[in-house]
Amino acid sequence: MTSNPVLRLSGIAKRFGPLRANDGISFELKRGEVIALLGENGAGKTTLMNILFGHYVADEGTVEAFGKQLPPGDPRAALDAGIGMVHQHFTLADNMTVQENIALGTESLWRLKLDRTAARRRITQLSSDFGLAVDPAATVAALSVGERQRVEILKALYRDARILILDEPTAVLTPAETDALFRTLKLLVAKGLSIIFISHKLNEVMAVSDRVLVLRAGKLVGERDTKTTDRKELAALMVGQEVKPAEVRPVRLGAPLLTLERVSTAPHNGAGLDDVSLTLTAGEITGLAGVSGNGQAALAALIAGTRRPTGGRISIAGNDVSDWSPRAALSHGIARIPEDRHAVGTIGDMSVTENVIAERYGSPRFSRMGFLNWTAARRFAEKIIADYDVKCPSPEARIRLLSGGNMQKLILGRALDPDPAVILASQPTRGLDVGAVAYVHRMLLAARDRGAAVLLISEDLEEVLALSDRILVMSQGRLSTPSSRGERSIRELGELMAGHSGENSDHAA
Amino acid sequence: MRLEPKPAPSLGVLFLFPLAAVATTLVLTSILVLAAGASPLSVFYLVARGAAGSQFALLETLTRATPLIFTGLAIAVAFRAKLWNIGAEAQLYMGGVMTVVLGTGALPLPAPILIPILMIAAMLAGALMLLGPAVLKTRFGVDEVVTTLLLNFIVLLFVSMLLEGVLKDPMGLGWPQSQKIIAEAQLPRLIQGKRLHYGFVIAIVAAILVWVITKKTLLGYEMRAVGHNAEGARFVGIPVNRILMKTALLSGGLAALAGFSEVSGLKGNLTLDLSPGYGYTGIVVAMLAMLNPLGVVASAIFVAGIFVGADAMSRAAKVPSYIADVMVATSLLTMVVAILLTRFRIRWK
Repeated sequence: MTSNPVLRLSGIAKRFGPLRANDGISFELKRGEVIALLGENGAGKTTLMNILFGHYVADEGTVEAFGKQLPPGDPRAALDAGIGMVHQHFTLADNMTVQENIALGTESLWRLKLDRTAARRRITQLSSDFGLAVDPAATVAALSVGERQRVEILKALYRDARILILDEPTAVLTPAETDALFRTLKLLVAKGLSIIFISHKLNEVMAVSDRVLVLRAGKLVGERDTKTTDRKELAALMVGQEVKPAEVRPVRLGAPLLTLERVSTAPHNGAGLDDVSLTLTAGEITGLAGVSGNGQAALAALIAGTRRPTGGRISIAGNDVSDWSPRAALSHGIARIPEDRHAVGTIGDMSVTENVIAERYGSPRFSRMGFLNWTAARRFAEKIIADYDVKCPSPEARIRLLSGGNMQKLILGRALDPDPAVILASQPTRGLDVGAVAYVHRMLLAARDRGAAVLLISEDLEEVLALSDRILVMSQGRLSTPSSRGERSIRELGELMAGHSGENSDHAA
Repeated sequence: MRLEPKPAPSLGVLFLFPLAAVATTLVLTSILVLAAGASPLSVFYLVARGAAGSQFALLETLTRATPLIFTGLAIAVAFRAKLWNIGAEAQLYMGGVMTVVLGTGALPLPAPILIPILMIAAMLAGALMLLGPAVLKTRFGVDEVVTTLLLNFIVLLFVSMLLEGVLKDPMGLGWPQSQKIIAEAQLPRLIQGKRLHYGFVIAIVAAILVWVITKKTLLGYEMRAVGHNAEGARFVGIPVNRILMKTALLSGGLAALAGFSEVSGLKGNLTLDLSPGYGYTGIVVAMLAMLNPLGVVASAIFVAGIFVGADAMSRAAKVPSYIADVMVATSLLTMVVAILLTRFRIRWK
């Protein structure tokens, strides 16, 4: 490929306080090329794309699109230059139709009548050209996650994007939907578009890209042609060291500790539970795989105590529980690691001390006659910081200032310190670096070896496969039959994830 | 222009921000003073002298600060838990109503018993005023800003109805005012012959108690947790709705004490001009104090000083005393900006 680059980044640097999120990054993107931007969470991929798209202003460096320099900090200019971005979290108005969402912002404010027919024709044309099947008249709220992503891509194409940036596009997709997305990307490239594909999943990077750029700790540490590299080399570049998988000892099963019997719940961040029965047994890690939004959030909220069942029974160590709440869950010895450590797991503007006592601040250990015992609380915080190797300035520091990994270690410490019987770990390693991931895995395995019953809910299929003694797949609020370690292949699990009905299994129909 | 988050500021910086906000306020209001044809420096000097230049001025400032400490505390407690109580004015008036209902002879008791009863009754009335909006908020998600704000007007009309009806003083020559409270219901003066009364002492004690509650007790911890992150608080087992109820009761009760203290310590009866907007000014007081209960005392005295000083200044410098309202309002705006700047850095592109 000898053509001029469509995009050139030169010496991009960006600091957030002491953190160097991007440090002297330069690269070029050619016409019709797919670049994969590979790196762990926190390596600086998203920051870089936000600079490129004008959401952040770089401290140093320039962005050139089609030979012209982009003014920093101006998303409008980036859009006008033909750069389109599909964010990890979709930016669609739920109560509007697909067509309205796509056309939003492209119509002149001064025109009295919208040219809906032309808009509709163009959307239909684009979706048939690139295999992005979606009904322009449907309301976004009624769409599946995969369909919403197609709308986001259509939105960018509708604005004549020549460069498409996809930020972790497969995180919310089933394996089959991912394949369909990749077919769409191939069609786009064939039409001369250029694509930047951000991911930390090696197999996808290998499958879809022409060239791989590896980011680590804000720096560009490697650039490889996809044809001449392999997963092992990329993994080593990404992490900077060899990663050893966690060692798994044989299972010593104990008594059933938590049993759900034909439980149903209201929808919560996706589907609700539909007649689900599940038993968590001492000494076993039960892994729950599934595409997000299929009821995992409802199950996690139910076990955590923040949602009550609408039907069915919960029993703990053989006893039915009637009054269900977070406090009841805690008092029954359930440790909870929530999916969202920023919004749910911690109270960001409160101190480390105030956060680690949060699940037990009212116990005699930390309080007397309505007054908090700050000395005991601080001692506890210091113990957790030492035992769980948390890096933080002091127990008085606001927890918001900690990195995700250290925050998660504090949550682990808070949850595991009372030696719980049941552990609910919901997406426990999402967004963590490799070191922290390994730490969390070790802690969960150690708890299981001590005889705790662990429920691991994760979108990361490899994590589920590595840790779980028993795997279940959740789809549309229902559980599959269990399979033991190694019994089902990734492919079989993927089919279960897509659901038996198969209605959202393929979007390039 | 964009905002970027920045790490927590040091304690020293936190003290600097209110001062910087006040300095900015002075600069901005000088423009209006110049427009009124006076010299800003002499006007600010006259305000300062009028607020604190003599024993009389100082005592008057502290007298005026007393209700502001109560309403400021009420707002600080509520806002800390993100319960947006804009209805301190209504709660204040309900406190005043209870004081005259029970304090005009209905309870013939000696002062050491009667005064605590009046305080408790006033607090209950104020607390109930905020209970309704709090229930509507937690049960049905009704915005408490709207309900508490509108209740101010309802309560003022309700008080007007009482003063024209059952509470009307038969000897009041037809004015809409209540009977005088009996001697046993009056808070004594702090200094014989001056207007400053024991309500000021109660206000200081209340500020210390509220500080102890927020910093040292489980309730304070729960209220802060709910205010910072209700979802996170619910997850760790804090009963969020119940805490909001308790916060509402405390906040409404504190605001009602302002009404009690004004009637029992200063006015002696209830009229429709019991409060020149102390309930609203309490919001400024609480914000200037960055919701710190002890800071509320200082900021209440500062705000009261501006009002008292501006009265004296307008007599001497012929600048309308409305400049005080402008100064207080401007200081609220500059303080909101200052608080924003403690958390974010502005980048000009």
